[in-house]
Amino acid sequence: MSLLEIKNLTVSFDTAAGPFMAVQGIDLSIEPREVLAIVGESGSGKSVSMLAVMGLLPNTATVKADRMAFDGVDLLKLSPSERRKIVGKDISMIFQEPIASLNPCFTVGFQIEEVLRFHMGMDRAQRRARAIELMKLVGIADPEERLSSFPHQMSGGQCQRVMIAIAIACNPKLLIADEPTTALDVTIQKQILDLLVSLQAKYGMGLIMITHNMGVVAETADRVIVQYKGRKMEEADVLSLFESPKSNYTRALLSALPENAVGDRLPTVSDMLFEPAPSVAGASA
Amino acid sequence: MSTTVLEGKNIVRDYHIGGGLFTGPRTVHAVKGVSFTVDKGKTLAIVGESGCGKSTLARIITLIDPATSGELFIDGNKVDIAKGGLTKEMRRKVQIVFQNPYGSLNPRQKIGDVLGEPLLINTDKPAAERRDLAMKMLKKVGLGHEHYNRYPHMFSGGQRQRIAIARALMLNPSLLVLDEPVSALDLSVQAQVLNLLADLQDEFQLTYVFISHDLSVVRYIADDVMVMYFGEAVEYGSRDEVFSDPKHSYTRTLFAATPRADVASIKARLAKKKAA
Repeated sequence: MSLLEIKNLTVSFDTAAGPFMAVQGIDLSIEPREVLAIVGESGSGKSVSMLAVMGLLPNTATVKADRMAFDGVDLLKLSPSERRKIVGKDISMIFQEPIASLNPCFTVGFQIEEVLRFHMGMDRAQRRARAIELMKLVGIADPEERLSSFPHQMSGGQCQRVMIAIAIACNPKLLIADEPTTALDVTIQKQILDLLVSLQAKYGMGLIMITHNMGVVAETADRVIVQYKGRKMEEADVLSLFESPKSNYTRALLSALPENAVGDRLPTVSDMLFEPAPSVAGASA
Repeated sequence: MSTTVLEGKNIVRDYHIGGGLFTGPRTVHAVKGVSFTVDKGKTLAIVGESGCGKSTLARIITLIDPATSGELFIDGNKVDIAKGGLTKEMRRKVQIVFQNPYGSLNPRQKIGDVLGEPLLINTDKPAAERRDLAMKMLKKVGLGHEHYNRYPHMFSGGQRQRIAIARALMLNPSLLVLDEPVSALDLSVQAQVLNLLADLQDEFQLTYVFISHDLSVVRYIADDVMVMYFGEAVEYGSRDEVFSDPKHSYTRTLFAATPRADVASIKARLAKKKAA
């Protein structure tokens, strides 16, 4: 059974100019122990579809799907309070801006322990022991002391490690990482990606990586979904995607990588994409 | 024949952080003695992680901040804004494009005014001429006349970066400092902006100082590369030298950390994963 199964997901936002369709009929499934990457540019709906799974979209959003099931539980039929018991525990998410996603008014220790108190009902001593264990796991030195640090006293990379610690605190079955390294330097990016992949392998989590960076996809993913303007352009395993991309859009995206430059100008997506209508390969019509 | 547009000798920048009630003052050495030369029509890329002093150096080159010590030559003339102040002529020669096109344009200023302002401040051209020049520049960067009266929020990130580039070029500078100009942009838009920069460089014989932490972009655009680490230039040479034979261990770390998107390294990774 798939860990997460989504069929025909549509998300629209009410705007002054009428409804705006951010996601238009996305199918997606992820198996346990799998690393799935969702690639696309800004506005491709890659974050919105995952926020819909988490139930974190604002009131102006309308989420429709034929099926949205996590581990056999239909997420669409759950009440908000039932859903909150799953979100943060079995499915958890890491966001793009590590410093902005932590609460500046509380110590990181408090923020890690908060999840443990809410979902696991641990007592104070258990929570502290588990928080120290988690800090060690994500590679923060002197965890006992760092627990009483505030987010502004830590670097961006360390804040992202704390976010990861919070996300994996309850041993989730599925971890969604939304652009986890976009705000970080390459050397730190490498460390965070290595950490995510090693934790995924160690605990057998499903991992969904949302990114626009083809390098990150190549370094982490098993399977890749390419999205463009709310539609799925292509779905393939990572090797065949890079070796023989099927849709024009993927091909355009790959050739826009500076390292693939031939001559002294880069081909751009609009050069190759918009004359014929974008062909949708690998996606069910 | 090549002429040197920009030369820096042993540039140092210290920041003095004043002490508070309980802490003494201290000094941060942001740039510790960096030297470089850039010839006309060439691109020098400065690479490094956040906090390595690359943006401080950019501010010194753009004549925004003075250097604590060291000498800066632009078009062969020594410039020291700490002593001599800054003439309009010098301001005209060096311009900068910032990283975040959402933050670097005034939201209440129409694009036409954004482009006209450098001329208004630094020259005494009449309004009609300023307008003509702004229209021409819009065309050059791939926008149209219809964009003249629009506000920044009506543009996408890539278009805004084009506007920022256009504004920087209004005064016909000889040197353009680009501080992470594409790192806030999507891959496909990044390619368009990089192409635009290459076109403009060919057309106006511009000299670029390109600051970036993305090695794949640097490899594509740079002639010379300088790698900075904690305020020092740990590696400086032509692009091919630096990329084919990195000498400093930090440069090698940087290369190793850059994600690879080629088929061979994916195969290697998958094989390793299977074996584990």
